[in-house]
Formats: sequence, structure tokens, C-alpha cells
Amino acid sequence: MNEIVIKQNIVPNVWLMGIYSPQVAKKAKPGQFVILRVTETGERIPLTIADFDSDKGIVFIIFQVVGKTTSILSTLNIGDSIADFVGPLGMPYEQDSNDKSYLFIAGGLGIPAIYSKVKMLHSQGKDIEIIVGGRSKENIFFEEELRKYCSSLYISTNDGSYGQKGLVTDILTQLLENGKRYDEIFAVGPVLMMKAVVDITKKYGIKTLVSLNPIMVDGTGMCGGCRVKIGNEIKFACVDGPIFNGFEVDFDGLMKRNSYYQDLENLSYKEHKCKIGLGE
Amino acid sequence: MDVLKRVPIKEQEPIERIHNFDEVCFGYTPDEAAMEAQRCLQCKNAPCVKGCPVEVKIPEFIQLIKEKKFKESYFKILETNLLPAICGRVCPQETQCEQNCVRGIKGEPIAIGKLERFVADWFRQNCEFEFSKPQPNGRKVAIIGSGPAGLSCASSLAKMGYEVTIFEAFHKLGGVLYYGIPEFRLPKEVVEWEIENLKKMGVDFRTNMIFGKTFDLEDLKQEGFDAVFISSGAGLPNFLNIEGELLNGIYSANEFLTRINLMKAYKFPEYDTPIKLGKKVGVIGGGNVAMDAARVARRLGSEVYILYRRTEAEMPARKEEILHAKEEGIKIVELVSPVRFIGDESGHVRALELVKMKLSEEDSSGRRSVKPVHGSNFVFEADNFIVAIGQSPNPLVKKAVPDLELNPNGSIKVDESLMTNIEGVFAGGDIVTGAATVILAMGMGKKAAENIDRYLNAKKHENL
Ligand SMILES: Cc1cc2nc3c(=O)[nH]c(=O)nc-3n(C[C@H](O)[C@H](O)[C@H](O)COP(=O)(O)OP(=O)(O)OC[C@H]3O[C@@H](n4cnc5c(N)ncnc54)[C@H](O)[C@@H]3O)c2cc1C
Ligand SMILES: Cc1cc2nc3c(=O)[nH]c(=O)nc-3n(C[C@H](O)[C@H](O)[C@H](O)COP(=O)(O)OP(=O)(O)OC[C@H]3O[C@@H](n4cnc5c(N)ncnc54)[C@H](O)[C@@H]3O)c2cc1C
Ligand code: SF4
Ligand code: SF4
Ligand code: FES
Ligand SMILES: [Mg+2]
Repeated sequence: MNEIVIKQNIVPNVWLMGIYSPQVAKKAKPGQFVILRVTETGERIPLTIADFDSDKGIVFIIFQVVGKTTSILSTLNIGDSIADFVGPLGMPYEQDSNDKSYLFIAGGLGIPAIYSKVKMLHSQGKDIEIIVGGRSKENIFFEEELRKYCSSLYISTNDGSYGQKGLVTDILTQLLENGKRYDEIFAVGPVLMMKAVVDITKKYGIKTLVSLNPIMVDGTGMCGGCRVKIGNEIKFACVDGPIFNGFEVDFDGLMKRNSYYQDLENLSYKEHKCKIGLGE
Repeated sequence: MDVLKRVPIKEQEPIERIHNFDEVCFGYTPDEAAMEAQRCLQCKNAPCVKGCPVEVKIPEFIQLIKEKKFKESYFKILETNLLPAICGRVCPQETQCEQNCVRGIKGEPIAIGKLERFVADWFRQNCEFEFSKPQPNGRKVAIIGSGPAGLSCASSLAKMGYEVTIFEAFHKLGGVLYYGIPEFRLPKEVVEWEIENLKKMGVDFRTNMIFGKTFDLEDLKQEGFDAVFISSGAGLPNFLNIEGELLNGIYSANEFLTRINLMKAYKFPEYDTPIKLGKKVGVIGGGNVAMDAARVARRLGSEVYILYRRTEAEMPARKEEILHAKEEGIKIVELVSPVRFIGDESGHVRALELVKMKLSEEDSSGRRSVKPVHGSNFVFEADNFIVAIGQSPNPLVKKAVPDLELNPNGSIKVDESLMTNIEGVFAGGDIVTGAATVILAMGMGKKAAENIDRYLNAKKHENL
């Protein structure tokens, strides 16, 4: 159970893994995530279900090494098992059958969160355009895979080493100013990016969905740690989300909550690096 | 010996125990237990038994302690209570069995809970669990949730020859017994021992399985389960719904206790899950959950205040826990109600605005209601707040069984036999009663097992 059957280093610090988990693979739908615990002393962390193969019982995750847990996970190899792997969690992506044209915007590690949705909508013959952005050329991945499912793929990098220099929102502004319109825009990535996207699309009144990433513990609605303000209501992102109407999200509140444990997380990562001999 | 007084029980000194998570109460020694048992009058009509939700045979098991027949005493309790080591520790005895004890009229009631716990601990330490497997009856029952309701249902069914599987959402078993009630009140070792015994009885446990997400009723049918018992508890934390509740530094009691008990955040960074607690902590609520949260916070080194709407006398928490909390230096602020949280620019909570409350005269039900005192608002500063104002049933189960009939408060509707509106699907414990007690949940698990057996036997006859 929970055996790693596929492992690939996609770009520096970003890994793709296929985990053997037939029960999760059987129920997974685009938009959902898993919670995993790597070791017996480990924490529970959420990761998006990037893709799944129900027949083979494999769930694909893509993660960036940012701290202790993702770092330990990245050192596991094919044949190793993860202590716990539970899901699928969250509400699946719900599409409006009237919608025909879509723009997906993925910043950084947002790519895994759009992949399975794009694939599904493409199979239904929808018109799809995609903007992906990253810091630099080496942060852009899955370009070929995504191209298969969309009519246009736009790329931006902050340093201009690949695609257009600048931000995903620069491209978004250009597209909208040039008269492009979409039935739905779906943005996922850093909170600041999603907020910037919504600030633009609001002006055009284009329906915009975002996928939120608050700090989670259980992922089943029993702790309330993942609570976010949506409109005037408090919602638990793990059971009510993680996808929400972007116009209603309190992004500033989310950003503050996400930084709460930063100092402790850094401490635990540093200790871990010292232990394995990578410390400074 | 003064027969009006209980044999005193040894506890860790408050000054020591606020620095560790070890159990507060050491329990009786065999001699002390026998001495306490001497005080029991062996009343013919045994009013104590009527106060116990599962009618433990109290005079009988106490008589056996008197005779130092501890093993026999254990099996006597087991006839009606599957989890004596746990109930002896966490039952609100002062409002149940001990409240009715005849000894209590003039003096202190018999320490029934402490004796129950003694016998169970003695057995755990001195005897091997033995179980002769009954003839399998070829039928399978699925149980959702591994709290006291699920465990007791599993045990009863396994004894009747059923093949039982417990599905648990978390990576650890025991429900609230594991992730809610802290180690210093209920050592996890006690819970784990009970679960190991169930495993020896052939009960199959599957962790990381969420009913409504990982599997649903249809999957259970396909796997050949003949009946289902839903005992998923009341896990949804209630919030105050006041301004500022999203600020950092405010935990639900569930989140706080889960981080500590389930994820062992108090051992960070050996364990990876972090917890942050400042110098001064306010805990909102007056039940067992509030006491547990407060006492955990105290052990993490904080100065702790319990903020409660009524007075200490009305607190629903067990008296013993209120006493323990006070011994540990936790202060109780009575008659205050939260108005809004106040934070700083970084989004961290700094204070809570409270309004003073006033108790009214007793109403016809004998309960005194509270009313805010106009214009009495004041600001209570603290680094963290823990909201412990109750839990509701988690709506996940409804998603697994869309046709399931619920009560207006979200709990599952059942008939006298604990069957839901869906044939073959039973429910019990907190998911039916709302947040209640371990012993009630356990009693319902047992009752459900009996009814499941009756239902499946009747069905078998129909099919013949
Ligand atoms: C629904 C959801 C889906 C996600 N999908 C992906 C994904 O597909 N790929 C990916 O690389 N990352 C994803 N994340 C983020 C991922 O969970 C964090 O990167 C991971 O928890 C970091 O753990 P760490 O110990 O390595 O780093 P840490 O140093 O502990 O944390 C780094 C940052 O990650 C965030 N984080 C830390 N702990 C948690 C937690 N328990 N829950 C949520 N966020 C946390 C915080 O913002 C923190 O500042 C997702 C988050 C959510 C909520
Ligand atoms: C902090 C705290 C202190 C308490 N102190 C006391 C006390 O001192 N004395 C006392 O008598 N009572 C006390 N209680 C109350 C008592 O613990 C509960 O009444 C009792 O545990 C209820 O038992 P249960 O089996 O119905 O549910 P729970 O113990 O809540 O167990 C339910 C289980 O189901 C699992 N589950 C939930 N949803 C799903 C799903 N969809 N799929 C699979 N599994 C699922 C949960 O993870 C959990 O393990 C306390 C409660 C708390 C929270
Ligand atoms: S189970 Fe609880 S109420 Fe019943 S006798 Fe034991 S301690 Fe008392
Ligand atoms: S009421 Fe008290 S004294 Fe009488 S049998 Fe029960 S425990 Fe003993
Ligand atoms: S992560 Fe605990 S409620 Fe969402
Ligand atoms: Mg971490």
C-alpha cells in the first residue's frame, strides 16, 4: 500500500511521483487532493491529485521541495512506501455545462492543479487556452503535455529567460485588452498571483475560479485550521473547497494565515538539513 | 479508618505535573482498592446501578474486590461495560453512578470509577487477554469510525461470530479517546491495549478510509457487507461567528488537541507538526473539551484563563477536571461572553473583547439563563485563544449516503433499534446524540450490535 511506483525529477526541486493507492485512484476527480504523512513522526500535508489512473490504481502527485516534509518525500525512491496516503479530499471541480471557452492560469506549482481539469475539458471538446508562469525557464514544466490539450499556450518568466518577460497577469491583461473573452477563467498558484488575476478579471466581469492552499491538518473538516473567508462566510477549504469563486475570497487573510508557522517550519527544516549533513 | 471518607488516591503533584503529559492519577494499589471496597454497603436495591447508563453490576464487582478476586471482578464489569479502564477514568461519575450511592448521603460516595479503573488496570498488568473464537456465522458488518461506539459494537459482534471491519478516517484508532482526551487523563496505552484485543478477536481495522470520500455505501454492499454501523462522532468544531475569528493564534479546541494528541506537536521538532502558544492563553468554554485544552496549554508553559458565560457551578465539565485545572493554576473567569477578537497588522490576535453576563433566576427547568450586562464590555488581552464551545456532526457522512435522514441539527435520525431510514444501516454514538459521553456512545454501540444481530437473523428467516 502507498508504494511509490513512479518517480521523476521534472525540473530542479520539483518531483513527480506515482503512488499505488487503488482506493484513492478509483474515486479521484479533477480538483481534489490527498493528505499524506511520509513517516511515523511526520506531519500531514496536502498535495493536489495531478492525475490518476484508476485501472492501474495509481495517483500522481507533483511537488516542490520547500521544507522538511517535501524534502524527505523527495528522498524516497521507487519501491518505498509512504506511511499514510488518504483521499480523495475536497470537492471535485464542478463545470458549468454551458461554458465553452476556458482560460487556465498556472503560476509555479499551480500546474499540477490545472492538469487533470484541462485534460477532462479537452476530452469534452471545450476550447482551452493556458498561461503558465514561473521565475525562470527552469521552473516551467509540462509544456508539451499541456500543449496537447489547448489551442494556445502562453508562457511568462520573471527573468525573461523563456517566453514573455514578466508575470502571468501581464499576458492576461494583454489578452483581455485585445478583446479575448472566456466563459471561465481558472487561476491557481501563489496567493498573490491569484489575487492579482482576480483584480483584473473582476473589471471584465468574467467568472473566475481559484484553488486555495491554506494550512491543513486533517483535511476532513474536523479542525477548522483551513478556514477561509468567502464572501461573508467562514468556509473550511478542505471540505467546502479548495476551489472557490475568486471574487469572494479574502486573499489577504489567507496570506497571513499561511505564514503563521513559517518560523517553526524553517527551524524544523534547518534541523533536518543539519542532521542529514546538508546544514550550513 | 473513617468510613465516611474515601480512601485517598495518589496523584502527581500539580507543581510537577504541569511540566509533563504523564497521567495525573496513579490509581489505587490492591490494598487501597480492597479498603475502599470495604466501605460499600452492598445495598440490595443498589441505586448506584441505576445511575450507570450501562448498569454495571456495581455491588457485585466491588464485593469481588473486597475478596481480592480481581480477575473475577474484571469479568463481572465486562458483562455490561466493555471499556472499564477508560470509563473508570473519564465517566462523569459524580452525576451518574456515584451520585446515587447511599454512602454519599452522609459522607463521600464509594469511588466506583476509581475501583473500576483499578480492576481493569490490574487485569491489563497481570493477565493475558484470552478469547475463544466463536464459530463464524458467515456474515459481515462494516463499522464507520473507531471511537467508543464503534469499538464496542465491533466487540459485541465479534463475540457473536460476525466478521467485522472498522473503517477509520484517521491514521490512528480510538476516535476522541485518541485525538481528543489527552494522555495525562487517559494514557494512549490503555486505548491501544483495548484495540489490540479487538484485533486478537479478529476485528479488521482499516485506517485512512473516509466514508463519503474514499468509499461509500455502494462500495460496502459490493464488498458483501450485510449491515453497516455508522459511529463517526461529532467532529465538526463550532466557532463563535464573531469578528476576527480568522486571526492567527486562534485555534478550535479540535485543532489544538489534534495537533497535540494525534500529531504530537508538543514534541516538535522531533515530530514535524508545529504548535504555537504564547505566554497567556484564553480558553472559551466550560466543558470537558475546554478543560482539556486549558490543561494542555498549561503544560506547554502558558498562563491559562478559562472564559465562561456562566459560573463554575454550571460548568458541564467533570468536577474532578475543574478541580485539577484549578490546582494546576488555571484561572476561571466567570460570566463573560465573547464579542470580537482584536488583532494586529500582521494578522495575529492580541485580545478578545468580552461582555459581562448576569445570571437570572432559575426557570421552570431549574436552569438559570444568562443575559449580557449592557455597557459592561472590556478587553481581555492574550497571545492565543482556544475556542471550545462544542462540536456538531460532520456533514461528510451525508455525502456518502445522500438519502440518509438527518435531524435538523445534522445528527442522524434512528428508530428504537438504532436503524436509520436506510435498511441495514444503523447509527450510534455522538453522530446520533450530539456530543455526549464515552459511556453513552459505548452503550449505543453494544445495543446496535444486538439489533444488527436481530435484524440479520430475521432477514435470514425471510430469505429461507
Ligand atoms: C489543497 C492543497 C493542495 C496543494 N497541492 C500542492 C501540490 O500539488 N504541489 C505542491 O508542491 N504543493 C502543494 N500544496 C502545498 C503543500 O502542502 C506545501 O508545500 C507543503 O505542506 C510544505 O510542507 P514542507 O514541510 O515541505 O514545508 P514547510 O516549510 O513546512 O512549509 C512551507 C510552506 O508550505 C505551506 N504549508 C506548510 N504546512 C502546510 C500544511 N500542513 N498544509 C498546507 N500548507 C502547508 C505553508 O504556506 C508554508 O509556509 C498544496 C496545499 C494545499 C492546501
Ligand atoms: C476533548 C474531549 C474531551 C472529552 N472528555 C470526556 C470525558 O471526560 N468523559 C466522557 O464521558 N466523554 C468525554 N468526551 C466526549 C466523548 O469523547 C464522546 O462522547 C465519545 O468519544 C463519542 O464516541 P463516538 O464513538 O460516537 O465518536 P468519536 O469518539 O468521535 O469517534 C468517531 C470516529 O469516527 C471517525 N470518523 C469520522 N468521520 C468519519 C468518516 N467519514 N469515515 C471514517 N471515519 C470517520 C473519526 O475520525 C473518529 O475516529 C470528550 C470529548 C472531547 C472532544
Ligand atoms: S461505567 Fe461509568 S457510570 Fe457506569 S459504573 Fe462505571 S464509572 Fe460509573
Ligand atoms: S449505592 Fe454505594 S454503597 Fe450501595 S451498593 Fe452501590 S456503591 Fe455500594
Ligand atoms: S484541515 Fe482541518 S478542517 Fe480543514
Ligand atoms: Mg512542514
